[in-house]
Amino acid sequence: MITAKDIRRILLVSGWFMILTFPILGMRVDPLSDNIIWRLKNVMWVGIGTAVLQSLPHLWLLYLSIQAWGIRLWHHFRGTSPHKIVKKKAHRDSLINRVITNPRQRAIVCAVVLLLTIIYPQVVNEYQINIMIMALLYIMLGLGLNIVVGMAGLLDLGFVAFYAVGAYTYALLNLHYGINFWMALPLGGLFAAIFGLLLGFPILRLRGDYLAIVTLGFGEIIRVVLENWTELTNGVAGIVNIPGPTFLGLGLTPSQKILYLYYLMVLFVVLTIFVVNRLQDSRLGRAWLALREDEIACQAMGIDKRRTKLAAFSLGAFWAGIAGVVFAAQNRSVYPVSFSFLESAMILSIVVLGGMGSIVGVIFGALILILLPEYLRELSQYRMLFFGAILVLMMIFRPQGLISVVRRKYDIDSIKAEKKEGGA
Amino acid sequence: MDFDYQYFIELFASGLTKGSIYALIALGYTMVYGIVGLINFAHGEIYMIGAFVFFLASSLLTVLGLPLWAMICIATAASIFWAGGYGYTVEKIAYKPLRSAPRLSPLISAIGMSVFLQNYVMLGQTEKYLGFPEVIPEFDFLEPFATTFSSSDFVIWMTTVIVMLILTWIIKFTRTGKAMRATAQDRTMAELVGINVNRIISATFIIGSALAAVGGILISSHTGSIHYYIGFIAGIKAFTAAVLGGIGSIPGAVLGGLVLGMAESFATGYFSSAYEDVFAFSLLVLILIFRPAGLLGHAETEKV
Repeated sequence: MITAKDIRRILLVSGWFMILTFPILGMRVDPLSDNIIWRLKNVMWVGIGTAVLQSLPHLWLLYLSIQAWGIRLWHHFRGTSPHKIVKKKAHRDSLINRVITNPRQRAIVCAVVLLLTIIYPQVVNEYQINIMIMALLYIMLGLGLNIVVGMAGLLDLGFVAFYAVGAYTYALLNLHYGINFWMALPLGGLFAAIFGLLLGFPILRLRGDYLAIVTLGFGEIIRVVLENWTELTNGVAGIVNIPGPTFLGLGLTPSQKILYLYYLMVLFVVLTIFVVNRLQDSRLGRAWLALREDEIACQAMGIDKRRTKLAAFSLGAFWAGIAGVVFAAQNRSVYPVSFSFLESAMILSIVVLGGMGSIVGVIFGALILILLPEYLRELSQYRMLFFGAILVLMMIFRPQGLISVVRRKYDIDSIKAEKKEGGA
Repeated sequence: MDFDYQYFIELFASGLTKGSIYALIALGYTMVYGIVGLINFAHGEIYMIGAFVFFLASSLLTVLGLPLWAMICIATAASIFWAGGYGYTVEKIAYKPLRSAPRLSPLISAIGMSVFLQNYVMLGQTEKYLGFPEVIPEFDFLEPFATTFSSSDFVIWMTTVIVMLILTWIIKFTRTGKAMRATAQDRTMAELVGINVNRIISATFIIGSALAAVGGILISSHTGSIHYYIGFIAGIKAFTAAVLGGIGSIPGAVLGGLVLGMAESFATGYFSSAYEDVFAFSLLVLILIFRPAGLLGHAETEKV
């Protein structure tokens, strides 16, 4: 229920936000006449918005109390007791997690999804296919970052650097040596992985927050070098006329090329999912999880911290490198601008929104964050604002992400039941 | 080849200016880190917002026709007020709910806040560079040094020194300062002896933000332009400065800022100006590898 105190608080907070946003949103200097343009409507909307947001929990409580009152009334007229014995529900996982853990259901869902992805380009136009390729690319990047951040718990803010290394590997090798897409693909991944190792070595000892800053700095270094090393990278002008992927030496029409790239991307994503999935339950994957939870305990258990961390860095970088090669092939050009920190922040939002460590989560995260702004064109300028807000809100309200990861565990009851069956 | 003293001194002066600004921003990082153990990623954005508020306020006051000195005073006060307000609000929204969460959570939330504020200013104001008013007058008594440093350099040094002295006084002698030091040492104990820790944390954020705002005004009037992105690079560099000096240590932040400013100035002066940011980040990486505790910090041993 809303009391007078609550109302006062709501008004106070709304007033505070109106004061806070007053200069930035309410004023603007006209660059020509140096006059002030007042936009007080914006500030008013901020006030109303914060008031509404704050009253939402109160309205919810009001709804609940009305409901409870209604139930009591209902029982009163029927003469039954409102206090019925409620059986305690066993803890149940969410629907998606139940599907993931059940092998039969999982196989069916996977088959349906795969079928849909294969049919998809036949029913939509080229523009849509291109957007989907973009989304698939980000799924791959997200899965790569997921290894580093989600599984190994190393916050990498310069992930885009490896993506850039992959893209420039293809662009440069093609420009100077005429190397084709298929040759560049493993090379791009390899180079990125080497960069991952190079970055990984010096910063192995660093704790979480220092690591974040150093990786961020590394990402910026790569971008600045790409921008300024004009002799090699052609600077901000970028490298253009990069050929797309070839198919057995056959000439393809532009529309066929897009289709081809799409199926290629689907193949890569499926491959990535397969590998990451296998990694998760491998010795290495478990070591990552253990390292994330407690480094010291993990070392005491005999896990080589150095090797495990380096493996995470280089494997994550490898996927980013491959994604970079595909990016260069899709866009036919590379520019340093494409590899700014915001790109890293975007990939991180994908992982955080979906659920750190969860493969299905990352896929959903990428689809939501890439497709949504594409289809809501008028909202696309608010995209980064939205990403920033997602990072904050997810951490506060749902740190495990939309789809939390299911840890493999042994259920003591089922083991007992199995033993009984075996004994009988 | 003989040594060009004039050039050397010019670089030294510009390094001192840069270093002073880094030191002002780095203090905010180091104070917050000392007390809540968190890298306040949005600190650079507070610095940017401070500069924007000053820009807007000074434009408004100029339209109203106030004299220069009154305009500077009021606009600076407005800038400090709003920067402090943003710092306070950011802490309440993005960090306070996460105080007992795993280490990674507040960091991600801080990055989100930083991206959010950047785009908030970009959408609310403009994505173009804006000309910042030259608020620092030319002093006559600095005329003989005009070739080596400008009066805005001089004002930046003096302001930094004064701000440092005020800050030292606050931390050493006031009740709030004592409570801050106590909270930094041991939060639980501070709470037990009756310190309102939430209030102290808010105060830290407000003081840090105010320093950042002062830095933002000074550097913007020095360079003559503002942009929504200036906070990001300045923030990372100031963080580098804080780490360089030993994060959590206040004299360390100042020393780190000056060292970083000098290093950058000489490196760009003698090697290449295009790679300015690369020098700063490389320095950060090197420091973290060889002396993770920083110049004045002491190594922490983790207890199990």
